[in-house]
Amino acid sequence: MTQTITIDPVTRLEGHGKITIQLDNQGQVEDAHFHVTQVRGFERFSQGRPFYEMPSLMARICGICPVSHLIASAKACEAIMSVRIPHTAAQLRRMLNLAQMVQSHALSFFYLASPDLLLGMESDPAARHVFGVVAAKPELGLAGIGLRRFGQHIIELLGNKRIHPGWVVPGGVTEPLDPAKRDEILASIPEAFANIRLALAAYKQIADRFKPEIEIFANFPSNYMSLINEDESIEFTDGALRMIDPQGAVLDDGITASRFSEVIGEAVEPYSYTKFAYYKPLGYPAGSYRVGPLARLNIVKSMGTALAEKELAEFKQLAAGPVQSSFHYHHARLIEILYGIEKIEQILTDPLILDKHVRASAGVNRLEGAGQAEAPRGTLMHHYRVDENGLITWANLVIATGQNNNAMNKGVLQAAREYVKDGKFTEGTLNRVEAVIRTFDPCLSCSTHAFGQMPLVLSLLSADGAVVDQVVR
Amino acid sequence: MSEPVGVKTLQINGEEVSARSGQTILEVAREHDIDIPTLCHLEGLSDVGACRLCLVEIKGSNKLLPACVTTVFEGMEVSTHTERLQKHRHMILELLFAERNHVCSVCVANGHCELQSLAQDQGLTHISLPYRNPELTVDASLERFTVDHNRCILCTRCVRVCAEIEGAHVWDVMGRGINSTVITDLNDPWGSSSCTRCGKCVQVCPTGALFDKSKVGSDHPKYPDFLPYLNLMREAR
Repeated sequence: MTQTITIDPVTRLEGHGKITIQLDNQGQVEDAHFHVTQVRGFERFSQGRPFYEMPSLMARICGICPVSHLIASAKACEAIMSVRIPHTAAQLRRMLNLAQMVQSHALSFFYLASPDLLLGMESDPAARHVFGVVAAKPELGLAGIGLRRFGQHIIELLGNKRIHPGWVVPGGVTEPLDPAKRDEILASIPEAFANIRLALAAYKQIADRFKPEIEIFANFPSNYMSLINEDESIEFTDGALRMIDPQGAVLDDGITASRFSEVIGEAVEPYSYTKFAYYKPLGYPAGSYRVGPLARLNIVKSMGTALAEKELAEFKQLAAGPVQSSFHYHHARLIEILYGIEKIEQILTDPLILDKHVRASAGVNRLEGAGQAEAPRGTLMHHYRVDENGLITWANLVIATGQNNNAMNKGVLQAAREYVKDGKFTEGTLNRVEAVIRTFDPCLSCSTHAFGQMPLVLSLLSADGAVVDQVVR
Repeated sequence: MSEPVGVKTLQINGEEVSARSGQTILEVAREHDIDIPTLCHLEGLSDVGACRLCLVEIKGSNKLLPACVTTVFEGMEVSTHTERLQKHRHMILELLFAERNHVCSVCVANGHCELQSLAQDQGLTHISLPYRNPELTVDASLERFTVDHNRCILCTRCVRVCAEIEGAHVWDVMGRGINSTVITDLNDPWGSSSCTRCGKCVQVCPTGALFDKSKVGSDHPKYPDFLPYLNLMREAR
């Protein structure tokens, strides 16, 4: 008798998702899927809106990383306007993007993942949350809260609002940086450094305990993609994309936003509202790839800041060639936080950072435009078409979670095969399956897209969970 | 022959006030710091009584009357904030919000919108009516300004300022009832209309329906205060 194990909802994620694990007659795992179960419709309802409204509209997709959407969207709009934004505006946006990366990574690591890592995968689920972490390891819990506050406070200082700041606009930003705000950010940097040092040291101490999980958590060779600078250092806001193969060889390089859709395709599977991105020359699913912190650190050759550079060298020691286990996303995330703090400090010492010229203006000079940036979770691409008055006629968003979708599904199957044997499982083993998804820190709310008439699967389950009948639309 | 200017004595909310003959209840109330909410009224423009937010009760009349176009008479007893009136104002605002697509969070007028402020003043937190969610157009054909019909409440301030102050009469209203919409010229795109690009309509629009493209993302306060001065200067000539 076949059986389906459903984990619904998957907890400690951003958005709504579920996992189903199908067992065969012998109770062995036959297949497993990660489903994103909601639909949003941003690409549809933005049609007819003026393009210059898009950044603020698109930022509403998510309260965790509105900044990434603001930046990718503003860049797409700037492609339509055909303008190059002032240097100071570019630097301020870079700082905003890094602040958001720091706060989002802090959220992912400390609030969502650390309960598993610090309290144990099998620990009491009733206390396996951030409050449990604060109770058990107060200094680490507070470091996490401190890092998140650091990032959020910079966003608030720059954009006047912690969530959905309206400061980023097509052409640059609306207001220059106030010297008092610069000084306030600079003053908060030493504490942020202390917090991330503490977290990195603690992580390295416990990482060895998770050797079995490292082996199982989406540990397989894959392609990787991320933004990179011309000098092969890490980049979150500008630069161009590079795709590498599982051995680390460059498959494609210099992928600008305008080339993105030539290179990246999107496949649709009936069980999820999230699309499956793939590298077109390799086809689907062979061209699937991973994005995000792991991909970025696998691709870049340097961080460009002193402390993070050392950490990168250590990270690269984890494997010969690209680091393949998704468990190491956690480690990569902490290194990126360190980089983010260092880089913010660097940006604030830019002699032009207080310059008043922060916005370029132009009308519609092209009818199509695309913009890309690195969101905390990975590459984000916004692509718009407009009419001659600048009203949106078509929009497409390619989200990090869609690009990691294939790897997440493979990871769930890999973990389910390891942890569910002979139809037997415990809460702790299922938590490990969920924890695979958590390594990717997916943002489900921004990943959902409807493609035509979505297929609907209706399953009739008997009392013991067996599938009695199924109807597919 | 115009009516001779005389002094009228009346009561507003039990308070004895004096007024000049021919004044509206709204004018007299404001002179005496009695607040009556308004939306379509604007100092410097003619009144049309379109929004009905300034409805007041007058003793002896079963009908509620708009304070902006009702003139005072001797011995009049006016109530401006009865429970019945508050209920109606609440309902009018709910109807305005439910009729088109007012999404404050992404609106250029957020924080500077008269509709939003009124809703806050009236303690409106939820809309009990189903939203109509109509599919309305945005006209961005003019270089500097945009009209988003989703945010228009048909107060006709733009129509009046264009006709009465600018003297261009580019704006007008088309259609009936729920299908009414403001138009430029004979429903031509704003960009190819006879608009003088003066921008007065943008400054008097109480919501984000008419806005300056360059202000998207930044604060977009509007400055309708210029109207009384403009009128004063013209009268002095």
